[in-house]
Amino acid sequence: MENAIEMKNITKTFGSVIANKNVSLEIRKGEILSVLGENGCGKTTLMNMIAGIYYPDEGQIFVNGEEVTIKNPKDAFRYKIGMIHQHFKLVDVFTAADNIILGEKMPEFNLRKEYKRLQKKYKGQFKALKAQEKTYFEEGGSRFTKEYGEIVRKETGVFNRALLHIGSLGWIKLWKHAKFNYLSAMRVKKLQAIVDTYGFQLDLSKKIYEMSVSEKQTVEIIKTLYRGAEILILDEPTAVLTPQEIRKLFEVLRIMRENGKAVVIITHKLNEVMEISDRVAVLRKGEHIATVNTRETNEKQLTEMMVGKKVDLNIARKDPVDPKPRLIIEHMTVKNRDGINAVDDVSFTVNGGEILGIAGISGNGQKELLEGIAGLQKVECGDIIFHNPKKNKPVTFFHHSLKKIKRMAAEGFFHYPNGEKVDLKGKRKKEIVELVNKEQILFYEDEIIDLRHRTPREIQELGIKLSFVPEDRLNMGLVGNMSIVDNMALRSYRKGKSVFVNKKRPKNLADTIIRDLEVVTPSDMTPVRRLSGGNVQKVLVGREISSSPKVLMAAYPVRGLDINSSYLIYNLLNQQKEKNVAVVFVGEDLDVLLALSDRLVVLSGGKVAGIVDARTVTKEEVGLMMLSRASVEDSKLFADALGKKQNDDEKEEGEND
Amino acid sequence: MIVPFLSEALKLSAAFLYGSTGEIVIEKSGHLNLGIPGVMSVGGAVGCVTVYYLLKAKIYSTFLLLFLPLLTTIVAGGLMGLLYSFMTVTLRANQNVTGLALTSLGVGLAGYIMTQKGEAALIVGKTSKIFASLFQIQSENWFVKIFLSHGLLFYLAIIIAIVTQIVLNRTRVGLHLRAVGENPATADSAGINVTAYRYIATIIGSAIAAIGGHFTIMEYMGGNWEYILEGFGWLSVALVIFTVWRPALSILGSVIFGGLYIAAAYINVSFAQTELIKTIPYVITIIVLIITSIVGSKKAQPPASLGMNYFREER
Repeated sequence: MENAIEMKNITKTFGSVIANKNVSLEIRKGEILSVLGENGCGKTTLMNMIAGIYYPDEGQIFVNGEEVTIKNPKDAFRYKIGMIHQHFKLVDVFTAADNIILGEKMPEFNLRKEYKRLQKKYKGQFKALKAQEKTYFEEGGSRFTKEYGEIVRKETGVFNRALLHIGSLGWIKLWKHAKFNYLSAMRVKKLQAIVDTYGFQLDLSKKIYEMSVSEKQTVEIIKTLYRGAEILILDEPTAVLTPQEIRKLFEVLRIMRENGKAVVIITHKLNEVMEISDRVAVLRKGEHIATVNTRETNEKQLTEMMVGKKVDLNIARKDPVDPKPRLIIEHMTVKNRDGINAVDDVSFTVNGGEILGIAGISGNGQKELLEGIAGLQKVECGDIIFHNPKKNKPVTFFHHSLKKIKRMAAEGFFHYPNGEKVDLKGKRKKEIVELVNKEQILFYEDEIIDLRHRTPREIQELGIKLSFVPEDRLNMGLVGNMSIVDNMALRSYRKGKSVFVNKKRPKNLADTIIRDLEVVTPSDMTPVRRLSGGNVQKVLVGREISSSPKVLMAAYPVRGLDINSSYLIYNLLNQQKEKNVAVVFVGEDLDVLLALSDRLVVLSGGKVAGIVDARTVTKEEVGLMMLSRASVEDSKLFADALGKKQNDDEKEEGEND
Repeated sequence: MIVPFLSEALKLSAAFLYGSTGEIVIEKSGHLNLGIPGVMSVGGAVGCVTVYYLLKAKIYSTFLLLFLPLLTTIVAGGLMGLLYSFMTVTLRANQNVTGLALTSLGVGLAGYIMTQKGEAALIVGKTSKIFASLFQIQSENWFVKIFLSHGLLFYLAIIIAIVTQIVLNRTRVGLHLRAVGENPATADSAGINVTAYRYIATIIGSAIAAIGGHFTIMEYMGGNWEYILEGFGWLSVALVIFTVWRPALSILGSVIFGGLYIAAAYINVSFAQTELIKTIPYVITIIVLIITSIVGSKKAQPPASLGMNYFREER
């Protein structure tokens, strides 16, 4: 097969960090190449150099056998290279069509030439008309008759004639060319041809901000194809899609391959690599390890090449020990910014010592649900009951005032270590303080608290931690321009009595996290912004786990993380589970959700579509639940895909017989 | 009383219209140029000085008296825009700080020029009649009085606003400019030269705003050039928000602002209350801001990357 692109000895550095070192790679026409590697191994940087975002420090790039320099995205277009970035490069307030034709060059137009052409054309007509007019008048015709009007209207319109007199017809034509009108016949034809060839479903006049992630991706792909790309590079295209959307995307990619285009997928999901690609190029720490044919390799071998050592791909799931309700959510409703019920009458229980998975297509209320529990969003109605595991533990002044302790004692909440009931009646203040400080007053039962009317800070101090990893990791939880140490101090600055912030503890914590979670960073004083996405995530998750929570809510904690780090996070969650922490895990990879969690809450359209045992349920069943309140079209598509798969299975069984 | 009031409001509105049209062009490219008051001041001062030197050289040609000052004004405004773009695009300075510095510089510079050539006020005052009377129709008819009793620069303001609206929303260049202001990274990857678009939009926008300063002194003030134009500049910036970044809408908005600005002279109020009434445009701008952010309509939002500089190699 012919080489579309050949890269030779490419090196790229950012300051002291080497992103790519001596990488040589070839991309062939009519094949799908996977570029595989851990986070921060330089996959995206390498491809960005072909797409003209970065310029290599050393090395050569050949397109169709000729050496080229790609200085900017414009050059990349010229060589028919199109890249679909992880963060879509789309203008939110434009329509799909506007975005697709953005940057398109104006058709060749020579004003002078056009003007002369028009003048010639109309002058000829004009002359003929004048002659006709002349004979008409000579024959005694009048200006105010119908016949005269017909002569004028004939061949040249009155309007054009007037324009010709002013001499502005050329300008009008120029305007028509400059005018941007995407519905012009030519464009519609070209766009429609692309849509038909690849079987896209898209409303071209829809605004980007009204679109789902999958639709946005479709716009990106059409955009690249519209510009005539022969080489398509997709940066982690499946990270934000549902299983059925991924299937749709892969269909499209296969058609592209058949049409002789070169397709490159940057990914770290092994099952996708095996499913879609013809060859796999593995990068590790900026270096090219090997390129192998997919047929001749397996997941285990690839992982070893990627990580450089053997990795256990199984998630150990222990049975929960003594699960007791920790968090009971009843009929909870949360509205989003637009006033729509993002979480609609949701009820479920989270047990201590158990991982509760939350499945659902992203944007179906997961974020609002967790934020509602953490007190970050107003809960419209419903209760969030927190069972603080306080049985036989001493009461402190940290959470309760003296007055409250007195009242609770009167209601029979406490007992002495010897089992006797506490009666504070008639006791002096000093005595009570002493008893509390000596840890002599113990809780009789677990403390039951309604979280609905607590402030986020109170909820946090109760040990309910939210480690939220949104799409933009730096916007929530971490401050990009601050160092890792300072970000640790964000959680602990309130502790300590001095006016000055104690930096020692956060520093120790930061160093522990960097060591234990293998965060790649020049030092602990490096601004978080400079770290790669995966490392930022490790810092965030590590900080939340270090605070010994009672409830740990982790939303998409492995989004964008490579295999090694993902398993590190899974293990951390499992450790927390063993420590009797109630873990809520919002994930997107169904395989992982099913392997990691004990029970699964499936959300669809803000409602609970089902609460199932993760040990017995199948992926397809969960997928159907996720779509139970989705649009009919999506459900149908998914059902079709399912049916097809079942047919295939039956066929196979038949063959086996 | 209503006819002179409307006529006066309309006349003043052109000053705001120039400023806001210029600022919209600049903001659509993603530049938050708070230097508009300075640009308008400098525009006014440079235009006046040009007229002064023309008269001193005994050139009385109407054509030259009209267009040479206009040209120098445009050049001066363009230079201010160039300075701003150089600071923010090339040197990557903070846009707000640069803008405010430009305002201080412009107002100070204009003040200096005006006090230097103070003795010329009288001659320029006479010349300003040329500006005011060209294209003006004298009549007692109310319609003519309100809409057609203005000078050349008034009509130019409306033409510029309409042309800007069409160019922004209907042409390829406008599409590219809006893309640069919304999402420069996207525009860059689409092969649009972000630096060039930002430079050119800022220069053109500043030039338009500078004409506003020239108009205010020559047509509205009747050549009174000791007037500080800073307040007009800030009102223009407020008008941009008030009209949610639409030049065509700001034709109407500027009339409202003009009316509110002069309303005090037409109703019987004390001096202190006059100043209070002059603040109403700012108050309604805040109300518009509140309404647009409550409604949260994507159509009424500022360009997404407004105030943010763009560097390609950042990671």
